[in-house]
Amino acid sequence: MSSSDFEHEVKLSLTVNGRRYTRTVEPRMLLADFLRHELGLTGTHVGCEHGVCGACTVQFDGEPARSCLTFAVQAQGHAISTVESLAGGPGKLSVLQEAFRECHGLQCGYCTPGILMTMQAYLAQHPDPTEAEVREALSGNLCRCTGYQHIVDAVLLAAKNLRAGAAA
Amino acid sequence: MSTRYFGQPVKRNEDARLLTGSALFVDDVELSGMLHAAFLRSPHAHAKIISIDVEAAKARPGVIAIYTAEDLGDYWQHGPLLVPPPPVPGIVFNLRTQVPLAKGVTRHVGEPVVLVIAESRYIAEDAVGDIYIDWEALPVAAELEAAARPDAPRVYPDIPGNVAAHAHQKRGDYGRAAKDAHVTIKRRFTYDHGCSQPMETRGVVAQWDNKADKLTIWDTTQAPVAIRNGMAAMLGLSERQVRVIAPFIGGGFGPKIMMFYPEEVLIPWVAIQLNTPVKWIEDRAEHFFATTHERGQIHDAEMAIDKEGKIIGIKDVFLHDTGAYDPYGLTVPINSQCTLLGPYVVPHYDSMFTAVFTNKTLVTPYRGAGRQHGVFVMERLLDIAAREIGITPAEIRRRNFIAPDAFPYNHGIIYQDFTELTYDSGNYEPILDQVLATIGYEKFLAEEQPRLRAEGKCVGIAVVCYVEGTGIGPYEGAKVQVQASGKVSVVTGIGTQGQGHFTSFAQIVADACGVDVTNVEVITGDTDAFYWGAGTFASRGAVVAGNAIGQAAGLVRQKILATAAEHFECAETDLIIENGKVSLNGVPGHSITLGELAGMANPMRGAVAPGTEPGLEATSYFGPPMGATASGAHAMIVEVDPETMMVEIKRYAVAHDCGVVINPLIVEGQVQGGVAQGIGNAFFEDLVYNDEGQLLNASLADYLLPSSMDVPRMEMTHTVTPSPLNPLGIKGVGEAGAIPVGPLFAQALEDALQLPKRGVELLDIPLSPSKLWELARNA
Amino acid sequence: MKPAPFRYAAAQSLEHALALKAEAGEEARFLAGGQSLIPAMNFRLAQPAMLIDLNPLDDLDYITVDNGALRIGARTRYSRVEHCAEVARWQPLLAEVLPNIAHPQIRNRGTLCGNLSNADPASELPAVMLAAGARMHAHSAGGDRWIAAADFFINLFETALQPDEMLVEIELPALPARSGTCFIEVARRPGDYAMAGVAASLTLDANGRCGSASIALCNAGPTPMAAAAAAQLLIGGVLDAEAIAAAAAQAQEEVEPNGNVHCTADYQRHLAGVLTRRALTSAAARARQGTSA
Ligand SMILES: Cc1cc2nc3c(=O)[nH]c(=O)nc-3n(C[C@H](O)[C@H](O)[C@H](O)COP(=O)(O)OP(=O)(O)OC[C@H]3O[C@@H](n4cnc5c(N)ncnc54)[C@H](O)[C@@H]3O)c2cc1C
Ligand code: FES
Ligand code: FES
Repeated sequence: MSSSDFEHEVKLSLTVNGRRYTRTVEPRMLLADFLRHELGLTGTHVGCEHGVCGACTVQFDGEPARSCLTFAVQAQGHAISTVESLAGGPGKLSVLQEAFRECHGLQCGYCTPGILMTMQAYLAQHPDPTEAEVREALSGNLCRCTGYQHIVDAVLLAAKNLRAGAAA
Repeated sequence: MSTRYFGQPVKRNEDARLLTGSALFVDDVELSGMLHAAFLRSPHAHAKIISIDVEAAKARPGVIAIYTAEDLGDYWQHGPLLVPPPPVPGIVFNLRTQVPLAKGVTRHVGEPVVLVIAESRYIAEDAVGDIYIDWEALPVAAELEAAARPDAPRVYPDIPGNVAAHAHQKRGDYGRAAKDAHVTIKRRFTYDHGCSQPMETRGVVAQWDNKADKLTIWDTTQAPVAIRNGMAAMLGLSERQVRVIAPFIGGGFGPKIMMFYPEEVLIPWVAIQLNTPVKWIEDRAEHFFATTHERGQIHDAEMAIDKEGKIIGIKDVFLHDTGAYDPYGLTVPINSQCTLLGPYVVPHYDSMFTAVFTNKTLVTPYRGAGRQHGVFVMERLLDIAAREIGITPAEIRRRNFIAPDAFPYNHGIIYQDFTELTYDSGNYEPILDQVLATIGYEKFLAEEQPRLRAEGKCVGIAVVCYVEGTGIGPYEGAKVQVQASGKVSVVTGIGTQGQGHFTSFAQIVADACGVDVTNVEVITGDTDAFYWGAGTFASRGAVVAGNAIGQAAGLVRQKILATAAEHFECAETDLIIENGKVSLNGVPGHSITLGELAGMANPMRGAVAPGTEPGLEATSYFGPPMGATASGAHAMIVEVDPETMMVEIKRYAVAHDCGVVINPLIVEGQVQGGVAQGIGNAFFEDLVYNDEGQLLNASLADYLLPSSMDVPRMEMTHTVTPSPLNPLGIKGVGEAGAIPVGPLFAQALEDALQLPKRGVELLDIPLSPSKLWELARNA
Repeated sequence: MKPAPFRYAAAQSLEHALALKAEAGEEARFLAGGQSLIPAMNFRLAQPAMLIDLNPLDDLDYITVDNGALRIGARTRYSRVEHCAEVARWQPLLAEVLPNIAHPQIRNRGTLCGNLSNADPASELPAVMLAAGARMHAHSAGGDRWIAAADFFINLFETALQPDEMLVEIELPALPARSGTCFIEVARRPGDYAMAGVAASLTLDANGRCGSASIALCNAGPTPMAAAAAAQLLIGGVLDAEAIAAAAAQAQEEVEPNGNVHCTADYQRHLAGVLTRRALTSAAARARQGTSA
C-alpha cells in the first residue's frame, strides 16, 4: 500500500459484446474512446463528452451508462455491450431496431445507438409502457433531427411486438 | 411509368446500417499512422497577440508539429467569399473573411490561434495547455445595438460603426400610403436564432497519397463538391487530385455548408506537409465557438392597416449581427427581409437593414436562415393589428392572403437567389382552414377557453402562417446506371445529413426503372463518384437533385426499352418493365433481367453501330429558374402555470403544403424535427453573452436543446399545390417546421396569460419562464 | 475535451482507499460515480494528479433500515435507492427527489455520497439531507466521525470533509409518525438542475398541530439553504393555508439566490416562495392522511 499503487498505465481485461479483450491503457482514456478507437466499435457515438446528449450510452453490466463519463479502466472485469451487439447477426435487426425502421425513428442516425442501448434495457424492464413513460425514459437522450415523435412511436411499437413475441 | 414507390411511406434504405452501428461517420475513419489535431483558441473576444511561446509544447513527448500563423507561409490566406451579395441597387457590402490561424489579433472567442499535431488527441490537448500567449485585450463590440453605434469599439479599425453591409429594398411608396391608414402599429422586435448544435460536431480527416499524388478528405460537409474545388485551388492541386467524401453526417442544418472553416482548410494542408493522415474532430466545447451561429436581429417595424385589417404597407429598419467575419454574404438578412412578407399581399414595403460586425462567432444560415426573424416581425404585427380592430388572429391572416389565382406572384424585391422574389404557386386559405379545424380553433375560443379560465386555468391558443422559399438554384446533377447485378445505382453530388436521400432518390429511380426500391443504391457525397453539384442547403436537395435524378432515370428507362426492343425484335410499346425485368406483353416466359440487358449494352467483342454509347446509363442536370415556395400554418394550445410561468404544450397542429410529396414519412419527420428546433429556439435555446463577448453557457447542460418531454406530439395535415417549376412538382420541406414557432409561442402565451390586457406584449424571442415572469410582474 | 493525465488506483478495501488518500492528500480525489468529476475533468476544469477509484468497493453498496432509520453506503448508486421499496416506505422524501436528479443513465452510475461530497448547492440532494436531518459518516485512516448535514455543507463545492477523509455512509433518521414530506422543483427540462427546489418535512403533534418542521431549498445560495425561521413560524400552529403562506413568505426572505443563465435572482426568490407554499401544502396533507408521501 504505497503511492506505487497509483499507476500510469493499467492492464485492462473486460468483456465487450460477449468477447474478452485485454489491453493496456492510460487511466484517462474514456470508455467511449476505448470502444471506438481501440476496439474499432465505432457504433457508439460521441456527441458532447459531458454526459448530456446520451449518444455515447452503452450498457455497463446490462445497465445503460454514459461511456463518456466512465474511464475504460473502470470496466476492468465488467461486461459492456454496445449497439453492435443488438442485431444478433449480419443482415438481421432486433425487434427494436426493426421498429425504428418501420416508424422512421431516425434521420441522421447519430443519436440512434445511444437511444437503442437505453430503450432496449428499458423495455426489458417495462414491457408495457405508456407514451408518457416512454418520453420520460427517453429524456436523457437528445435527438436534434426527429422531434422524437417517431422515436416514441418506434419504442411503443417495439414494446407491442416484443409482448406479442413473448406471448407466442 | 408506375408510381409504386413515389408518394409512398417507403421505409428507408439507409436505416439498417445506421441502426446496427455500421454506418461510417467522419470520426469513424481510422488510418494507419494517423495523427491528431487540437487548437489553441482565443480566450478573448478581441485581443492583440503580443507573443506566442510554443517551446514547452514542442518538447512534450508525442507532439509532432506545431503551427502558428507565421508557420503557414503563403498558405495563410483569407477565406473566400462564399455567397456574393445580391444585386440590390445601392447595396453596401464590406467583405471580411476569416483566416486559418489568427495573426496579430483575434476577433472572437474560439478563433484558432495555434494548431498542434500529436500522436493522440489527448496529447494534443495536453500540448495546447503548454502554450503560452501574451495577450493584450482590446475593447469589445459585443451587443448588437451597441456595436452599431458610431463610437462603438471597432472590430476592424477602418470600419466605423462596424457596418458590414447596408441594403434598402422598396416596393411602392410606404410613406405616402401610410397616411391613409386606419391604424399604424409600430414596435421594436428582437429575435435571436441561437445555433444549430447537430448531435455530431464537425470533423475532418485528410490523407495524402504520395504514390498517387492524391488527397482524400473526409469532411462533415453539406457541400463536398464546393469543398473539393476550393481545396484544390488553395493547395495548388487539380480538382482530380482531390477527393472529398462526406460520409454519413450526423445532422447539418446549415453550418456544415462549404464554409472553408479554418480547420477544414488546415487539416488537408498539414496532412500533405507531414505526409501522414491527420484527424481533427471538433469537441462540443469547441463547437459553441468555432461552428457558425445564426443569432440575432433587432427590428423597428411599422405596419399600416385599413379598417378591414388589410395591410396597406410595412416599414422595417433592422440591425443584423453578422459576427466577426461575413464570408456568407447577406443570405441571412436578405432572407429575413423577403420572408417577412409571408403569404400576404403587402402593397407597400420599405425595408432597410444594416449588418453589423461584432466580436462574436460568425453568423451564417442555420435551418430557416433568417426567415424566422422576418416571420416573427410580420406575424406579431398582424396579431397586434387584429387586436386593434377587434378580429381574431386567424381572421386577419385570412383577409390578407395572396389569392390563389394571383400566382406566379411577384413581390417586386430581390431574393437570396438574385431573382425577383416570386412565388411559383400556392393556396393559403385551405391550409389555414385545415390547421384551424385540426386544433378546433372556434370551439376552443367559444367554449373550452372560457370554461377552463373559469376553473382558473391559463390556457391560450395561437395560429400563424408562413411561406418558405425552397429549392433554389443553381443546379444539381445525377448519373443513373443499371449494374450488371441488376441493381440500379444513382450518384449525385450533394451531401446528405439525415434527410432520407438514400430512399427518396431511390423511390424516383425504382419507379422509372421498374426495380425494387431496395435495389437502388444511392451514392452521395463522394466527389470521385460524381463531379458536379452545389450542395444541400435552402431545402433544395429533394427538389433540385430529385428532379435531376428523375430526368436521368427517365433517360435510362428509354435505353432499357430500346435495348430490350432490339433483343426481342419488337416495338418498345410491347414491353413492360417490372420487378427488375423487361417482359414481352402477353407472351409469358419472354423476359430478360435488367442485369442481362446491362451486359448486352456493353459488348466486349465485335463491332457496334456508329454512335453507340455503352451501358444503360444517363447523366442529367436540373436547374430551376427560381425557388419553389412552400407554405404552411401551425396552431398550438398551451397551458401556463401563472406562478412559475412553466409552459405545457397541450396540442400542436401543422398544416403544410410542400407540393408533391415523394415520401410522406420522410416529410413528416422533417417537419417534426423542424418544429422541435423551433420550440428550442422559441423557449429553450439562448446564447447568453456578456459585454466582454464571452458566451456564458457553452455546454449542452446550459444551452438547452429540447428533450423528448419538451416536444409534443404533432397532428399533421397536408395539402398539395404542385410547383410548376420542376417536372416532379415538388417543393422543399427541410426548414418549414422550424420557421413559425417563435411567433406561435408569443401569441399563445399572450393569450394564455391575457397579457395584452395587462399592457404586456411578447416582442422578443427566445422566451423563458424567467423572462415571462419578469415581463408580467412589471405589468 | 479529453481529461489531463492522472495516476489511478483501484481501491481494494475501505482501508486501502483511506491509506491512499492519507498519503496523497489533496492531490488525489476519490472517484465515485464520476458523473460530476469526469465531466469536470473532460473540460479540464478539474485536473487531479491521482484518482482513487471507489467503484470496486462492493462492501459499500448497501441500504440498511433499522427501525426506520436508513443508512446508505458510499458505493450505493442512485438507481438502487430510487427503486428500493424500503426507501420509499421509510424516507419518502429521498424516494421523491431521486427521479429529479439527472437521467436514468446518470443515476445508474452516480452515488449519493459522491453527490454530497461534491456539495453543489444547485443539487437537490443536499437540501433533502438538511430537511431530513441526515448525518454524514466520515472516515479517515485515523478514525471516523459523524457530521450533521447542517454542518457538512460549508460553501460552494466545499464540505466539512478533511483532505484525508472520505464520506463512507449517510444516515437518515426515522421519520416520526404523523409526518408528511414533499420535494418539489422547477427545472428548465426534466433532469436539469432546478432553478429552485424545496424539500419540506412536517410532523404533527397529537393535537394535529405542527410538532416539527424543516424546510430546505436548493439553488438558493452558496450552500443548500435551510429556511429555519420559516419552519419555526409553523411550529405549534395549525397547518392551514394562512400559516403556510406566511412560512412561504418567510422562506422567500431567507434565501440568497444568485441568478444564472436561465433565470434572474428575483425569479428564483419568487419561485422559492411559491414552491415552499406548494411543498408545505402537500406535506401537510400527507401528514394528515398519515401517508407521509
Ligand atoms: C447530464 C447530467 C445531469 C445531471 N443533473 C443533475 C441534477 O439534476 N441534480 C443533481 O444533483 N446532480 C445532477 N448531476 C450530477 C450527478 O448527480 C452526479 O452523479 C453527482 O453529483 C456526483 O456523484 P458521483 O458519485 O458521480 O460522484 P463523482 O463525480 O465521482 O465525485 C464528485 C466529487 O466528490 C468526490 N467524492 C466522491 N465520492 C466521495 C466520497 N465518498 N468521499 C469524499 N469525496 C468523494 C469526488 O472526488 C469528486 O470531487 C448531473 C450530471 C450529469 C452528467
Ligand atoms: S457523449 Fe456522452 S453523453 Fe454526450
Ligand atoms: S436522428 Fe439525427 S440526432 Fe437523432
